[in-house]
Formats: sequence, structure tokens, C-alpha cells
Amino acid sequence: MSARSEQRGRWASRAVQLGFVVGLLALWYLGTTYWGISHLLLPNPVKVWHELRDVLASGDYLPDLRITLTELATAFAISCTAGVTLGYVISRSQYLIRVFEPLLAGIYSVPIILFLPLYVLFFGLGPASKIALGTTISFFPIVLNTIAGFGYVDKIFIVAARSMGASDVQMFRHVLLPAAFPVILTGLRIGFTVALLSILGSETIASLAGLGHRIVHLAEAMETERMFAYIAFVVAIAVVLNSLTSGLERRAKRQ
Amino acid sequence: MSSATDVAVRVEGVSHSFGEPGDAQHVRALLDTSLKVKRGELLCLIGPSGCGKSTLLNVIGGLLIPTTGTVEVGHTPVRGPLPRHIAFVFQENALFPWCTVMENVKLGMVFQGVPRAEQEPRARKALEAVGLAEFMGHYPAQLSGGMRQRAALARALSLETGILLMDEPFGALDEQTRMILGEDLSVLLSRTEKTIVFVTHSLGEAVFLADRVAVFSARPGTIKEIIDIDEPHPRNPDFVTTEKFAKLRNRLYGLLHEEIRKAVSQSAVVGPQS
Repeated sequence: MSARSEQRGRWASRAVQLGFVVGLLALWYLGTTYWGISHLLLPNPVKVWHELRDVLASGDYLPDLRITLTELATAFAISCTAGVTLGYVISRSQYLIRVFEPLLAGIYSVPIILFLPLYVLFFGLGPASKIALGTTISFFPIVLNTIAGFGYVDKIFIVAARSMGASDVQMFRHVLLPAAFPVILTGLRIGFTVALLSILGSETIASLAGLGHRIVHLAEAMETERMFAYIAFVVAIAVVLNSLTSGLERRAKRQ
Repeated sequence: MSSATDVAVRVEGVSHSFGEPGDAQHVRALLDTSLKVKRGELLCLIGPSGCGKSTLLNVIGGLLIPTTGTVEVGHTPVRGPLPRHIAFVFQENALFPWCTVMENVKLGMVFQGVPRAEQEPRARKALEAVGLAEFMGHYPAQLSGGMRQRAALARALSLETGILLMDEPFGALDEQTRMILGEDLSVLLSRTEKTIVFVTHSLGEAVFLADRVAVFSARPGTIKEIIDIDEPHPRNPDFVTTEKFAKLRNRLYGLLHEEIRKAVSQSAVVGPQS
């Protein structure tokens, strides 16, 4: 019975969420069709829909999408490798944790996006500066969660494994890793999200190509309808990528 | 009973302190303690909290190297864990929450180096012995506290060590679960030849389970007196209602009471719990 009412509760909240989105779309439609909002500021959703279909059908988005995704993949790969490795090394010593955890947490709270002009100066307007920024920003949640995951494993598990004769390799594989895994995974998901955000953001600020660049370019050309089509496209991609990573996280955590 | 030469664990002049002398955190947990555990007996360590009984258990198990003194298991000096000879059952939940009950039991044997083919049948046997055969696919979070401790016991039994060290294994359980587990343990252990050292706070548990009870003094702890409980295993649940039980329990109470008073007056002193 309780499972059933829980199920019903879940459907109810889904319905409210869907209703909210539909309501927003309806407002958008009404506003642009009947209430005289300027088409330059907010184009009609139906026209945006047509533009979106054209963008998708023409394959116009492909070069920019490829650049953005390559930047994202490169940045995430670097920050994962560096963050997990460094986090593990730091977590092995209470002294290193005491020194580096507050330091890294402190830097994490700085708005790193402010370094973008510097990165552009160093690495140019191309993908390299986006990769550098994405890497820097996603490195911190990953390294901090890795420290938290490996550094705060309940001591009783370690003592128990040691009493049963676990070797260092076995301790890592059967105790430290499974104990730390869910926490590290959360770090990876957050890292992925902020990498995507910062790469798209930096493309809109200073770049030569990429989805963010394309959106700004269209805005400057006053092609608002197509710009909105691109925004919708990017939002859809972000939703897919983020729900993919959340789904992976949930699946790995379930036991 | 075993002859005087048949000693499973020999503790000689063991003292242990936590922290450096002169430090605010410096605590002398154990003071010049000597003890012989006979092969096949169940020895209970009882005493006020902070008296060093768990410290002694960890020293015997090689999890803690004492400041001074030696421990021998058989004729081997203990300098670290001896997984082939000694298995632990801890008070807290030391089962790995990411493994099922079966995986937990098997993992202990993986660590100990049991050949793969033997792991499954031995795990099954141990789980059947503690009455958990139907729950081997469950995760620890899905079990009650009592069942979790049964699983922890099964993990220790599957290691087939001669010595079992139990650190307040039923400490976190309610009185009734504790009683049933104690009775089952008595039956289970009467069928094995294991040497067991069992740390407890409970007078009743000590009298019911033990062949001998070692009473600790307040910190810095050492063994004050050892009492024999001359009653064959497995013990009848009615044993607790006998006059003999009451007398032994009262005697322990008398020995402990004074030490508990002392320990309480020290409890303003900060330090690690035993």
C-alpha cells in the first residue's frame, strides 16, 4: 500500500513538473502571438521550432557541436585523471589532508571564470583556452570528493580487513575503492556539469567556434529565431548529458 | 579440562600507553598485565569502561603493538595480525555494507588466502551454523542488528582459526537479542575446539558464557582477579536462574563495583576508550 501511494506521489510530482514546463511554453506562445512582445527580443515559439528543425535537418550544427564536445571530453578526461590521482595521493596522509583540503576548497570557492582572459592570453582564442578553463573548474570538485572518499573511510572496515590478512592491493580493491566510490562518483558528476557550463560560457565570451560561439554570433546578427533554436538545441544536449551522468551515478550507487 | 602446559595465548608483562608521556592526551591504558589463555577455553574480560580490556584484545590480535611486554600465540611472538590463527568479531558493525552477507563471509577468506573452490562451501557452512543461510543474498543494511552480528560471527568462523577474539560483540544489541545470541553462541562453541577471548560489560553474559572471567581494575588497567565458572557447555538457559549463577554473578559484582567507582571518578580525564 505504501509503495503504491509512493508511486502515486511520484506521478503527481511528475505531473506538476510537466505542467510547469507546458505553462511556460504557453506563456511564451501567448506573449509573442497576442501580447505584442517584440520578435527581436523574443521570437515566436512556433517559428523557433521551424528553425530548430531546419538546423537539425541541415546538419548546420555539426562542426560547432564537434568542437564543444571535443573540448568537454578533453577537459573532463584531464581533470578526472589529475583529480582522482592527486586526491588519492593526498588522502593517504592525514598531514597532506590537513594541508591541502582547506587550500583546495579555498581555491574552489574563487570564481575561476575570471581567469578566462588570462587563459585566452596564454592559449589563444581556440579550443585550448576552453579546455584549460573547463579542466581547472572541474578539477576541484573531483579532487575534493576523491579526498573525502578515500580519506574518511570508516576505520573499523580497515581494521577488520587488516585483522583478516588483507594485503595492500586487496585493501584498495575490496575496501578503500568500494567505500570511496559513491563519493568520488558524485565529484565526477559535479565536475562534468561544471565543465560543460564553463566551456559553453567561455565560448560565448571569447572564441572562434563552438556552440556557445554560434549562439553569440547569431545574437549579434539579430537572427534571434535561429539563436533560440540553438539555445534549445544546447539545452537538450545538456539535459541528455547530465541525465546520462546522473543515471550512471545512481546505477553505480545502487546495491 | 586442558593441562597447565596447554596454553593458546601467553601475555607477559604487557603495558600500553596512548600518546607520548607528558602529553595532555597521554593515557596509560594497560599496566603490566600477564595472562595465560588455555587452549579451548572461553575467557571473558570484564571491567569498567576505559580499563584497557579492548586494548588487551587488540594487543593479543596483533592490531596494536604494546609499549612494553610480549604476546605469544602457540610459540609465535605476535608482531602483527595473524589471520591464520586469530579471527576477530568487533562490536561495531564491521561488515562491509557494499557486500552481501555471502560476499562478506567470502571476502574474509579471500583476505586470508583460502583457495577459491573452498570459499563457497565454507561460507555456506558458517552461515548455516549461525542460522543465516536464508539471508546470504541480503545486504547488511537489510538485516537487524542481531542478524548482522550473526553474519560477523559467521565471517570469523569461516576463517577456521584456532582463536577467536570478540570485542563486545553484542554490546550494541538489546537485552533480549543479546540473551538469545549468548545461548546460541554457547551451543555453537561447545561443538568447536576454539579458544575464545570475549570482552564484555555484562556480568550476566560473562557468567553465562565463560569458563573463566578475568576482572580488570580501573585505569591503568590490569587483571585484578580471575574467577572460574565451573559449568559444562553448552549451557542450559536455566543456568541463569540457579543459585550458582547468582552467587558467581554477585561475586563478580563485588569485585567490579569498587573499580567502577574508581573509573567513574577518573572519567573527567579525557582519553581513548578501551
